[in-house]
Amino acid sequence: MQRSILVLYAHPRTERSQANRRLKRVAEGVDGVTVADLYAEYPTYEIDVDREQERVSRYDAVVFQHPVYWYSAPALMKEWIDLVLEWRWAYGPGGEALRGKLWLNAVTAGGAQAAYGPEGRNRLDLRALFSPFEQTAMLCGMTYLPPFALFEANNRRDRSVLDAHAAGYAKLLRDLRERTLDIEAASGLRGLAGLYDKPAGKG
Amino acid sequence: MEVLSGVFLYLLGAVIAVPIAQRIGLGSVLGYLIAGVVLGPIIHAIFSEKEAEELMHFSEFGVVMMLFLIGLELRPNELWKMRGELIGLGGAQVGVSVGLIAGIAYLFGLTWQASIAVGMILALSSTAIVLQTLQERGLEGTRGGRSAFAVLLFQDIAVIPIIALMPLLAGGAGFDIWNMLPSAPKPKGAVWLNELPQFAKALVILGAIGSIILAGRFLAYPFFRFIASGRSREVFTAAALALVIGTALLVDYVGLSPALGAFLAGVVLSGSEYRHELESNIEPFKGLLLGVFFISVGAGVDFGLLSERPVLIIGCAIGVIAVKALVLAVLARLFKLSPRDFWLFTLALPQAGEFGFVLIALATTVSAISTMTGGVATLIIAVTMFLTPLFFIFFQKVIEPRLHEDLEHRDDDEIKHHGPVIIAGVGRFGQMVNRMLRAQGIETVVLDSDPRQLDTMRKFGVKAYYGDASRVDLLEAAGIAKASVLVATLGNATTQARIVEDVRKTWPHVRVIARATDRNNAYRLLEAGAHTVIRELLGSSVEAGRETLTALGVHPFRAERLARAFRQHDEEGFDELREFWTSDFASNSDYVARSLARSQQLEAVMNTDRLETASPDERGWEKPVVEEETEETGQAASTT
Ligand SMILES: Cc1cc2nc3c(=O)[nH]c(=O)nc-3n(C[C@H](O)[C@H](O)[C@H](O)COP(=O)(O)O)c2cc1C
Repeated sequence: MQRSILVLYAHPRTERSQANRRLKRVAEGVDGVTVADLYAEYPTYEIDVDREQERVSRYDAVVFQHPVYWYSAPALMKEWIDLVLEWRWAYGPGGEALRGKLWLNAVTAGGAQAAYGPEGRNRLDLRALFSPFEQTAMLCGMTYLPPFALFEANNRRDRSVLDAHAAGYAKLLRDLRERTLDIEAASGLRGLAGLYDKPAGKG
Repeated sequence: MEVLSGVFLYLLGAVIAVPIAQRIGLGSVLGYLIAGVVLGPIIHAIFSEKEAEELMHFSEFGVVMMLFLIGLELRPNELWKMRGELIGLGGAQVGVSVGLIAGIAYLFGLTWQASIAVGMILALSSTAIVLQTLQERGLEGTRGGRSAFAVLLFQDIAVIPIIALMPLLAGGAGFDIWNMLPSAPKPKGAVWLNELPQFAKALVILGAIGSIILAGRFLAYPFFRFIASGRSREVFTAAALALVIGTALLVDYVGLSPALGAFLAGVVLSGSEYRHELESNIEPFKGLLLGVFFISVGAGVDFGLLSERPVLIIGCAIGVIAVKALVLAVLARLFKLSPRDFWLFTLALPQAGEFGFVLIALATTVSAISTMTGGVATLIIAVTMFLTPLFFIFFQKVIEPRLHEDLEHRDDDEIKHHGPVIIAGVGRFGQMVNRMLRAQGIETVVLDSDPRQLDTMRKFGVKAYYGDASRVDLLEAAGIAKASVLVATLGNATTQARIVEDVRKTWPHVRVIARATDRNNAYRLLEAGAHTVIRELLGSSVEAGRETLTALGVHPFRAERLARAFRQHDEEGFDELREFWTSDFASNSDYVARSLARSQQLEAVMNTDRLETASPDERGWEKPVVEEETEETGQAASTT
């Protein structure tokens, strides 16, 4: 049976976005994927918790798509996590609503990949930096996938990188839907870009 | 003309003596009494003794009004809760005091009849002085204050049997006292009432009380609604006065105490939304009449007799106070009052009161006591009344400071029905504010002068009171002195500015939030002293602008930000232009120039986005410190 996928999209300046807007369109084009633009739905940050819980519980995989802002997500996405993942619903006694679902961060970062590592200025790689997300998923009994990241997202000279990443994103979403990605194997990686970006990209 | 010069004299005395007495901390009651003493000789020169006495009896109506007002503050269920204290404390105070004073009088050689009469005369306390002083000093809500009130209320009831007993003391059973009474204290209906058999008498009395309750429940509302819809202030005042006087006459007619009847009417009307308006209408009359009453008491002191027998009179006065205070102290102990309330209760009630004057007249007429005894008793009452304000001062200056250490034992003061928020004017704007606050469990007092509006609010269960909210006295009755916020949303811009100004001047501790219909109006309200001014159209028009942008396809979050930027710019402009604003702003070139300049900035301001201002290339995120080659290896390392 196919997985149903919910993409929670958070970008506070979507009208000026280079990377995320493109990726969002790609996701919207994949069958079986629903995209929710959080900043459009909650421009005043008043999240409807009941509605969100009901919505997210209908899907098998949740993709958090957002630019990397200060090694994390834009504020509204944090607000979404703060409010929607309630005790006794998402975790704690009887909190099993999200159990077994997939959690994926599909992100774009301004920095180069080299900056995310022991040699780089960011010291840690994205997966390590995202450990709050990972631990949140764990606590809710979800399966955490390593981040699918586009680095140097503001690089406008080489469009092909974004093209490749967009194609990879579509393929990743289809694989998740068709269950053709080996989740167990993928979980061990530091990131998913290596699996999906390369074929269509430079190489 | 004679009447006018008399009135002038009373007013002048009050105007001079009261502020001075209050300034030096003696309180208004003592001020009036002293004014009475000073003016006494002149008053006696203008009025005959009979006229002066009649004026005093007339002014006693102030006590009736005071009890009506107290009744208005008291819900029926609160009164019901008082029943234990009323009967227990009140009954014991009257019974024991009468017995002790009578016993002592007997020992001093009075006949037993005279002794009992004197006991009854002196056992009653002064409702007028005590309640007025309690209120003036803010003590009416304390447990001690409430207990004192319960006792006073019981005394009012006790007057009825006391009047009935008095003739028996003359030894002449079966003799018709009512015809022998002097005109004033004579209950007018008693003549016909006495001819009825006992059970019919009871029926008549019960009928009178019942009709007060029923009329208060079912007639008062449509009646006042009708009056209020006429929107004539004088007519409302007239109606309020007619109500109090009418009730007093009715109960007087069946032989009950008018004060008691008025009190009952007050309690019945305490749930009515016209309560505050009634309060503010009756209040000035009550104050004036009580003032006249106190002056009369002062003027009535017979210094001839006092100087003849100073030791006897002062001694007896102190004796009465001592005996009554002892009784009160024992009762306070028995009823387990805290130390503070014990002292307040004991020091509040040991004087003799104005009812004593009435009873003395009665007792001398039926010759239960001699004229001489009557004269002495009158003086004793006056002296004890004079001392009462001093006891309160003693309480607040000496007792209270000493008790401060064990303040934690103090009983909670009764919290009055006053809400922390007063909403003046409940059009749709005020209603929204009210609903929001109520939903938070915040007590609000809502005032409006449109009876239809009030009707609608009542249907939705809102407690709303009728009244012209721009009147300072109504605000006062609504409890603004104890409120923390006033929300002013009156329709008329001029009244709105006036209410803001008045409140800021008189109650500087109240925060004033005022609704303005436009910018012009808003400046005016700020001028008047409002802390916060809400321009009513700003919020909704900006919202419409935002919705329009969204409808045109602008991302909702961007539309929201644009709306906020617009609003902020507008508010800054509002502040900036304030100093250039004049009421003829359109022809004020400074104002116009500034305002044009502001409009030109608007576009730039709305399109500045702090999150996006710096060029992306300048961003630290995009400039790796490491070399290009290491980037390649880094990527390979992390993905394999
Ligand atoms: C507030 C803010 C914080 C950012 N923090 C980071 C960061 O921690 N690491 C990083 O690599 N890039 C960071 N960036 C750069 C963004 O990730 C980058 O501009 C974005 O991914 C580009 O995608 P877009 O075209 O969809 O907006 C930040 C950008 C902003 C505005």
